[in-house]
Amino acid sequence: MVVELLERDEVDRLFAALADATRRDILTRVLHEEASVSALAARYAMSFAAVQKHVAVLERAALVTKERRGREQLVRGAVDTVRAANRLLAQYEEIWRGRIERIDALLADDS
Amino acid sequence: MAVIDTTRDPRALTLAITSQLFAPPERVWQLWADPRQLERWWGPPGFPATFIEHDFVPGGAARYFMTSPEGEKNPAWMRFRRIEPHTSIEMDEGFGEVPDEAPPGFPAGMRMTARLEDSYGGTRMTITTTFSSVETMERVLAMGQQEGLALALSQADAILAAG
Repeated sequence: MVVELLERDEVDRLFAALADATRRDILTRVLHEEASVSALAARYAMSFAAVQKHVAVLERAALVTKERRGREQLVRGAVDTVRAANRLLAQYEEIWRGRIERIDALLADDS
Repeated sequence: MAVIDTTRDPRALTLAITSQLFAPPERVWQLWADPRQLERWWGPPGFPATFIEHDFVPGGAARYFMTSPEGEKNPAWMRFRRIEPHTSIEMDEGFGEVPDEAPPGFPAGMRMTARLEDSYGGTRMTITTTFSSVETMERVLAMGQQEGLALALSQADAILAAG
C-alpha cells in the first residue's frame, strides 16, 4: 500500500511534468540530443529563468538529467537504467530534505 | 527555504544537496558530533535513530539502529574516514550490526561527505552521497518508503489532534 502511494505520487509528478507543451517539446529535443539550458532558452519566447524552471520540473519527474560542464548545464533525456537511478536519487533527496527540515527546527529551538 | 541547491548525477550514483542554515558552523558541528543531537534529526518522525556507539574520531565508527513503528530494529553503521572540526566529515555508511561489513543479502554501503562553510553569519552545508550500486539505493529507499508512511501517519495524527 505504501509503495502504491509512492508510485501514485510519482505518476502525478510525471503527468504534471508532461501536461505542458513547452516541457514536452524540451523533452523531445533532449531525448534526441543533449542541449544546454541556454541553448534551449534561445529556442523559446520566454526568459532563461522560465526555461530553467521547466527543466527543473522535468528533472523532478526524473525525465531528464542535468550535468554541469564548465559554465553550461547540459540537459539530457533520461532513459532506462539512468532513469531508474535518477528516480531513486530523487527519492533519496526527499530523505535529506526531511533531515534538513529537522535540523532547521532544532537550530530554531536554540534561540 | 533551507535547501538551496541539489544536483543528481545518476551515472555516478551521486546526490549533492546544499542548504543554508541559520547558525554558525561551530553550532552545526554539534549536530554531528553529539549523538544525542544527531538522534534528533537523523531518523524521521516515527523512525527514531538510537546511537549505541559514536566514536567521532578519524577511523572511529558509529553504530545505531532505527526503530520502526512496529518496533522492528534496523541496525546500521558509520565509519568516519576523515574529520576536520567545524569543516568537514567523510564517512562510509552501511547496514547491519558490524561496521565495514555487509551482512549476507545486503548490498555494500555508500560514501558521504558533509562540508560546512561560514556563510552570511550562518552555515552553508553541502552533503554529497555516492552509492556503491543501484541495489544499495533500493535498500536505503525501502527504508525511505517506510519513513514516508511514518511521516504521513504522524502528520495525520497531528491534524486529527488539532481538529
